[in-house]
Amino acid sequence: MSKSSENSFVRRILIAVALFYLTLFIFLPLLTVFVGALNKGVGLYFKSISDPNALAAIQLTVVTALVAVPLNLVFGVAASWAIAKFDFWGKNFLTTLIDLPLSVSPVISGLIYVLLFGAQGVLGPWLMEHGIKIIFAPPAIILATIFVTFPMVARELIPVMKAQGTEEEEAALTLGASGWQMFWRVTLPNIKWGLLYGVILCNARAMGEFGAVSVVSGHIRGQTNTLPLHIEILYNEYNFTAAFATASLLAMLALVTLVLKSMVEYKFRAELKAAEK
Amino acid sequence: MGLNEFWEAVTSPRTLAAYRLTFGASLIAGLVNVVFGFLIAWVLARYHFPGKKIVDALVDFPFALPTAVAGITLTSLYSQNGWVGRYLYAVGIESAYSPLGITLALIFIGLPFVVRTVEPVLQELDAELEDAAVSLGANRWQTFVKVLFPNLVPALITGFTLAFARAIGEYGSVIFIAGNMPHKTEVTPLLIMTKLEQYDYSGAAAIAVVMLAVSFVLLAVTNYLQWIFSKRIGAN
Repeated sequence: MSKSSENSFVRRILIAVALFYLTLFIFLPLLTVFVGALNKGVGLYFKSISDPNALAAIQLTVVTALVAVPLNLVFGVAASWAIAKFDFWGKNFLTTLIDLPLSVSPVISGLIYVLLFGAQGVLGPWLMEHGIKIIFAPPAIILATIFVTFPMVARELIPVMKAQGTEEEEAALTLGASGWQMFWRVTLPNIKWGLLYGVILCNARAMGEFGAVSVVSGHIRGQTNTLPLHIEILYNEYNFTAAFATASLLAMLALVTLVLKSMVEYKFRAELKAAEK
Repeated sequence: MGLNEFWEAVTSPRTLAAYRLTFGASLIAGLVNVVFGFLIAWVLARYHFPGKKIVDALVDFPFALPTAVAGITLTSLYSQNGWVGRYLYAVGIESAYSPLGITLALIFIGLPFVVRTVEPVLQELDAELEDAAVSLGANRWQTFVKVLFPNLVPALITGFTLAFARAIGEYGSVIFIAGNMPHKTEVTPLLIMTKLEQYDYSGAAAIAVVMLAVSFVLLAVTNYLQWIFSKRIGAN
């Protein structure tokens, strides 16, 4: 080896320390979920995840993601397009605002909705008069989820779209394409991997969000419990096997997310590199 | 809510204890991650070993794993009967339901921030820089301290700030392992939650305002750092 690298002894020590640390904080927790889920047998495992309350929680989680992810996809494309391709007053402020949900405590994100729609909240009395229930009901869960997953698509797209500039789109328009044609045939194909990457991350967060959803949910079993909230209840009842069985579903989602993310990341990087040329 | 009540809510002994714990544990977790996150980024960027791709992908596991799952998992791992906890308790270290437990959870969720900020910078550092140092007679350690490390400081600070900002607001992965005793193991997000459950909406909002202000400052700091950072790269 040349002098510009460490000798193999140092290298091995460094690798060993890094792997030890990762074992303690990543590999062992990952293993714990599945061992905890299966240690009382496969029968109890499947019984736990097919319990009616568990199924209701799965359903609410899926519905929440099905609403939140497409909305944030549309919003993410619109916002990053506006930010990357146009100049307008307050653009920096908007960029910071988009990142805000990521830097605020999830509990505070939920609190915002309680203060807005709760019984003592700004809109609470009006909603109650009209018999509309938002807080402690699925609408609040969906709203809180949209809020916390707001930035996931936009923050991936902004760098790509900025790097791509407006030349190709201008060319399309000059050649007579309509606005929609330009969008579907030029803009969208240019950002497809970045978009997919953002959607994968957005979905993972939407299905796993806990703090914000916990504040607004009301924890009514079978009605306003998402999967993470269902896990909390089971765990607090010392029903550890069922808690870990349910948790294993979300852990598998996390693993699938990581696999998809690694696959898409490669294409996304190429897309970004091509744009930067 | 008047100004006096606001001040009382955000400076009561219980709230102050929660700030101390939250900021203290987040600071320690952030610093631990700066050291080990840097080491992991270094190993991933510079060395080859079997299974490296899987290890690299799993670094993001704390990002992908829902916080409630992280919470119950870390608790069972580090409690008295847990795989790791049993050894720690045997030597008198209470790794669950204690400030240490909170710190462990915050280390878990903060790790990817440091690794993912430092790793790309390490990959993009010009090898010529190191070769030049060596040809001028520097040994490996001198090259690292005087040439490599100064280039990585901005990334390390950015990674730390991101991890710290996430840690002070963290709820799901912390509450299971925390113990949640007022004055002792109650973090600020939990205190907000407790006040909400007692219908003390104004008290909850008051503490939230303080935490929001801190988040804004941290956001401004990271943006500023990234701006400086990109300028420096542009200059190279």
